Amino acid sequence: MARGRIRARLRRSHLYTFSCLRPSAAEEGPHSIEGPGYSRIVHCNQPLMHNKKPFKYRSNYISTTKYNFVTFLPKALYEQFHRVANLYFLGTAIISVTPLSPFSAVSMIAPLAFVVGLSMAKEALEDWRRFMQDMKVNTRKVKVHKEDGIFGNKTWQKVQVGDVVKVEKDQFFPADLLLLSSSYEDGICYVETMNLDGETNLKVKRALEVTLSLDEDEAFKNFTGTITCEDPNPSLYTFVGNFEYDRQVYALDPSQILLRDSKLRNTTFVYGIAIFAGHDSKVMQNATKSPSKRSRIERKMDYIIYVLFSLLLMISLISSIGFAVKTKFYMPDWWYLQPQHTDDYYNPEKPVLSGVSHLVTALVLYGYLIPISLYVSIEVVKVLQASFINQDIQMYDEETGNPAQARTSNLNEELGQVDTILSDKTGTLTCNQMDFLKCSIAGTAYGVCSSEVELAAAQQMAIDLEDQDAERSTGSRQKGKQQEIELETVVTSRDEKDHKSPIKGFSFEDSRIMKGNWLREPNADVIMLFFRILAICHTAIPELNEETGSYTYEAESPDEGAFLVAAREFGFEFFKRTQSGVFVRERYSVAGQPIDREFKILNMLEFTSKRKRMTVIVRDEDGQILLLCKGADSIIFDRLSKNGRLYEEDTNKHLNEYGEAGLRTLALAYRKLEESEYSAWNNEFQKAKTSIGADRETLLENVAEMMERDLILIGATAVEDKLQKGVPQCIDKLAQAGLKIWVLTGDKMETAINIGYACSLLRQGMKQICITANSSDAKEVVKENILMQITNASQMIKLENDPHAAFALIIDGKTLAYALEDDMKQQFLGLAVDCASVICCRVSPKQKALVTRLVKEGTGKTTLAIGDGANDVGMIQEADIGVGISGVEGMQAVMASDFSVAQFRFLERLLVVHGHWCYKRIAQMVCYFFYKNIAFGLTLFYFEAFTGFSGQSVYDDWYMLLFNVVLTSLPVISLGVFEQDVSSEVCLQFPALYQQGPRNLFFDWYRILGWMGNGLYSSLIIFFLNIIIFYDQAFRSGGQTADMAALGTTMFTCIIWALNCQIALTMSHFTWIQHLFIWGSIGTWYLFLFVYGMLSPTISGNAYQILVEALAPAPIYWSATLLVTVACNLPYMAHICFQRCFHPMDHHIIQEIKYYKKDVEDQRMWSRERSKARQKTKIGFTARVDAKIRQLRGKLQRKHTSLEMHSPVTPS
Amino acid sequence: MTNTDRERHRERETAFYLFTQQRLPACKPVLTPAWVITIFLFTGFIFIPVGLVTLRASRSVVEIVERYDTECVPEPFRIDKVSYVQDDSIPKNCSLSLKVRKYMKAPIYIYYQLDNYYQNHRRYVKSRSDRQLLHGWKYHATSSCQPVEFNNNQPIVPCGLIAWSLFNDTFTFIRERAELKVNRKNIAWKSDRDHKFGKTVYPFNFQNGTLIGGGKLNPRIPLSDQEDLIVWMRTSALPSFRKLYGRIEEDLDADDVVVVHLMNNYNTYGFGGKKKLVLSTSSWLGGKNDFLGLACVFVGSSSVILAIVFMLLHLKSRR
Repeated sequence: MARGRIRARLRRSHLYTFSCLRPSAAEEGPHSIEGPGYSRIVHCNQPLMHNKKPFKYRSNYISTTKYNFVTFLPKALYEQFHRVANLYFLGTAIISVTPLSPFSAVSMIAPLAFVVGLSMAKEALEDWRRFMQDMKVNTRKVKVHKEDGIFGNKTWQKVQVGDVVKVEKDQFFPADLLLLSSSYEDGICYVETMNLDGETNLKVKRALEVTLSLDEDEAFKNFTGTITCEDPNPSLYTFVGNFEYDRQVYALDPSQILLRDSKLRNTTFVYGIAIFAGHDSKVMQNATKSPSKRSRIERKMDYIIYVLFSLLLMISLISSIGFAVKTKFYMPDWWYLQPQHTDDYYNPEKPVLSGVSHLVTALVLYGYLIPISLYVSIEVVKVLQASFINQDIQMYDEETGNPAQARTSNLNEELGQVDTILSDKTGTLTCNQMDFLKCSIAGTAYGVCSSEVELAAAQQMAIDLEDQDAERSTGSRQKGKQQEIELETVVTSRDEKDHKSPIKGFSFEDSRIMKGNWLREPNADVIMLFFRILAICHTAIPELNEETGSYTYEAESPDEGAFLVAAREFGFEFFKRTQSGVFVRERYSVAGQPIDREFKILNMLEFTSKRKRMTVIVRDEDGQILLLCKGADSIIFDRLSKNGRLYEEDTNKHLNEYGEAGLRTLALAYRKLEESEYSAWNNEFQKAKTSIGADRETLLENVAEMMERDLILIGATAVEDKLQKGVPQCIDKLAQAGLKIWVLTGDKMETAINIGYACSLLRQGMKQICITANSSDAKEVVKENILMQITNASQMIKLENDPHAAFALIIDGKTLAYALEDDMKQQFLGLAVDCASVICCRVSPKQKALVTRLVKEGTGKTTLAIGDGANDVGMIQEADIGVGISGVEGMQAVMASDFSVAQFRFLERLLVVHGHWCYKRIAQMVCYFFYKNIAFGLTLFYFEAFTGFSGQSVYDDWYMLLFNVVLTSLPVISLGVFEQDVSSEVCLQFPALYQQGPRNLFFDWYRILGWMGNGLYSSLIIFFLNIIIFYDQAFRSGGQTADMAALGTTMFTCIIWALNCQIALTMSHFTWIQHLFIWGSIGTWYLFLFVYGMLSPTISGNAYQILVEALAPAPIYWSATLLVTVACNLPYMAHICFQRCFHPMDHHIIQEIKYYKKDVEDQRMWSRERSKARQKTKIGFTARVDAKIRQLRGKLQRKHTSLEMHSPVTPS
Repeated sequence: MTNTDRERHRERETAFYLFTQQRLPACKPVLTPAWVITIFLFTGFIFIPVGLVTLRASRSVVEIVERYDTECVPEPFRIDKVSYVQDDSIPKNCSLSLKVRKYMKAPIYIYYQLDNYYQNHRRYVKSRSDRQLLHGWKYHATSSCQPVEFNNNQPIVPCGLIAWSLFNDTFTFIRERAELKVNRKNIAWKSDRDHKFGKTVYPFNFQNGTLIGGGKLNPRIPLSDQEDLIVWMRTSALPSFRKLYGRIEEDLDADDVVVVHLMNNYNTYGFGGKKKLVLSTSSWLGGKNDFLGLACVFVGSSSVILAIVFMLLHLKSRR
């Protein structure tokens, strides 16, 4: 391939006027580097020297794992017993080996070991995954100088400080490198730093003059040098160091440093020396430990555990006091206990001692109040829920092959409680791919394709109108009207498939100017100039694709690429760039033959964010000097000459239309220059260019400004920053679900606003509050100014009477820096919360995190951050839930995230379906858990009161052991894994249902206490009904009375039945799995009892053959079970029946509609319910389309009235 | 349809696919008013008859309860009953006469009932050795029997507090001068006799210590035949309990008078426990147990009431 051969000998630095200016060597000497913080010495090309003392630099091996083989056990155990509940169970396990324990040791230790073991296994698995990820990075290959100018492949982890590394195009840098030379003659290279700061435009780095000769493998044969520089630090934008080469010392600055994890672009290769490796590299120094996040429910669960602990402590105290009293006053009389032969546990003489030791026993005995299996069950459930998320085919991206992934499973339910979404823009909402879509030349708009925004809006409108029609009309009329609507929308909603352009970056369609037809347009000369500007005014490099014979372009920004592709398609193919000229092949000329034209580039004033325009001054083949300029419309319009405003009005109108359609616009203008005028200016410009000093840049800008005036406007371009698939729809649904969406972007304000329009976060008629700061003023003045703006805006919102009025807050990074300061952030937050949408532009990664923290802490609500780049890592880690976009290069965001999805649109399903389900599942499951353990644990307490508080349990040890682990665990797990209040389709149709999560309807204290009360009630019923029934009478026709084993077993049977019926009542979705688990648990109990009874009596004790011989033949056993089960569940049953019928919740109504199949039979009712359930939103399509619908409806109304006059209709 | 399409289609149909997509066919019961009313009425119609039937069974049981712990202490000793009962030199026999109010059909079960007796105390419950009961004194690991494990350095069989405190009042029943035949066999669970108490295990060194608890055992009868012991060793759940003593295998007519000769040996006076003698017939349900029936009727009728209330409310505010 001949790729890149053309430009290899280019001195690209000549293209750049403003950035990347070389300070001349004389200007600055080497940095004086001494003292602490500057101790690093790197011997170039002698990596082995760094293995010895005093260097011992870190290798390039990276590890982000939490544990290693040695530390795993102690560390993981520590983590486990960090939890109060686990610590408590450890205590009980220790006690269980002493005689104080009311149970056998195994029944205490086994569940604990199981629970802790399972959690640790999960930890180990997660760490293993991290390890594998690290290994993937560590084993990437890179070319490293071996010996005698020979380069060979090495894995990244083997790269050492001092190694000479050769990085090729589109590879990542393995370590922080000092750039020595590149494939370009002047040592320039392009770097994409998306992984570091999220910026998509390429950065230019350049090598020192002295090392430019080192541009081939052989040159490194005898290369040596020494770098003295700063110690490893996390600052990405600074670097101080000296480079000693050939007995000369040169100063180094950040523009020679290539950072690890950034990527080489548009450059065939570079040579560099590794300075910082592995964890010393700047990006790794920046990495913060990802904080461990816990969900709201889990945090609240801690409080419940504390409540239960207090309950436990209280009843333990009661029982130990009772025991002490009984022991002191009554036990001496109980001769059958031989009170004279006492030990400390039963000592009437020392009741306090006995009481205290009994307290320990009681704490163990009532441990069943604290559900030991709660944590492990929740972990199991969450892992399964996470695997459902991972497996969801509807969140699988077929293009990239990436499924959604729950990377940490402990936040599943938090997905159901999100209040605010903070989203990155580039790569998250947009694909970062530009499509040339429309243009306006000489006041005429060209381009018939619609932007996605227009398409989607039109479709939505058509659907909504149909709905509304259906309500008001009968079938025959409907048809006619639909046609009307179709007519309205046909212009814009033409099917995408027919017009899908195969050319990347070009979706333009208009026969008037395509295929050379522009020649026949009235303003052909202006159109030609327009295309020439597109083809000439840029900094890109063409590349011949030898397979297809066409050219592709390597441009700094995707916009520029789109322009060049457009120019090519229009017949102005840019094919060659030399040091001083641009060559364009014009296919459709007046002559009819393709002509190659050369334009001599005299000056290039490139695009900077401050200038917002780009200008080239060229001399065409006729010797005419032209100034061609493209830039932001406001900038260009300010610089037009009097006679250059011919098309201003029309162009401006088109620009507004494009803006509304969500397109990025640029205005194009030119100016003809006289030779003398140019040379005079050029002299001044050259002078400014060679001037030395800090104000050189200002000087240059001023000179450039002088030339860029008196322009003649010729038109404007509209480029679509392609939104990712389904983004507007997703945002609309999320808005309907009541979520607030903030966009935080590093991009320019204009771009951000455009995207805001494109995703319907902004719309016409929305009041935009722009808060900006004038940077030139003193800090206090600026702050005061910002505060004024904020308070004014807040006032305005307060005074607004129109309920439909929507406000949008737009703020840039510089202003945000002030607004985030402590004394102002509350006001800022207050304003932001009042606004329907918030867009922060030009924000740094740190500010993203700060904004996230402000929202999280300021509002106390759950925040979700979504992003794709390394610049979003801070935000992702800071938010309650971090979501990374996978599938793009660079995994930082995904690595830091809790969930990853391939595209933004999957967020809808992740939140509205999985989040909603998981929240309800976990909430119900936790509530049920507490219910079940209270219901069971309290029966132990009641019974103890009947045993003189001696700590005897009525149940066999084995029953208790199995209770949590086997007999009641699977149904509750199935509740947590499979429960669905409504199906996923319904969730998506009724996004408003999601609000149940943020409003926390299923895990508020009212509900929790209700469940606890239910547990208390059940325990009372179970215990007292049983003991009264089995009090003293024979329970069989054979005259036998019930002993402790019979009573205990019956009671336990009742518990199993009551608890499992309760969970069945709680569920609303039964697959065979739930049936199996619930009824299987009951069956398992009988099976266990049967098998246990068959074992040798030395094992089963009093339970020997209890079912077969004693209980099963007794009718009273079965009738008591039935009675207790029904009595336990009757109040709950009544409660849910009454609630459902008289105070139904949203999902109840939907379930009922579904149940009656109303949605199929009665489409109208269904859609009415759907639109009713829509959250009133101010952002999103729905809100946006509303206005248009009203307008259209008015039109239709008029037509109706005329129709109705002709044909009388029965009122519907 | 191409092959791969069809394959994919088939894959979509598989249960596993449906499982991973959480789309398994499910039954989604919804508590609609009709269902609610049906369920409540159904519950009511199950429980009320069941309750009535059990109540009837319970009412058919005839029961005579006679407290004798105070009566059977002669007047002079009633100040200090404990020393009376502990004094071996005083004869403990005592007579009661019970009047049969209603016809009692054989078998008539004889129970003794103790109140305020903590047979469920943890110290008491633990103090036994199931292995020793099965294998005899060869089994040594009997530390659970503390404090009744050894006497004179010899193991006690059966060891432990439960056995040591064996109930030892005895009853004989006389009707019209003829002794009623009392069957004292088969009063314990068969599984206990066959598998938990050794057929070759004989009492050894039992009640030989300084502290004498309850009854003594005939050292020549194996434990598996000592049914009183077996019944006693089944510790009761509550501090008030009845245990089976034997069966009268003759019918008793109404107005019969049964005279009970009993040996009032067992000490319940120390802790103020009551002793009662109970004669009771049994139904298919067991003993006299009105509560079960009443509770069933209560649950049944409340669910019927709920159904009615619900129906009325539903009619009033139809959604």
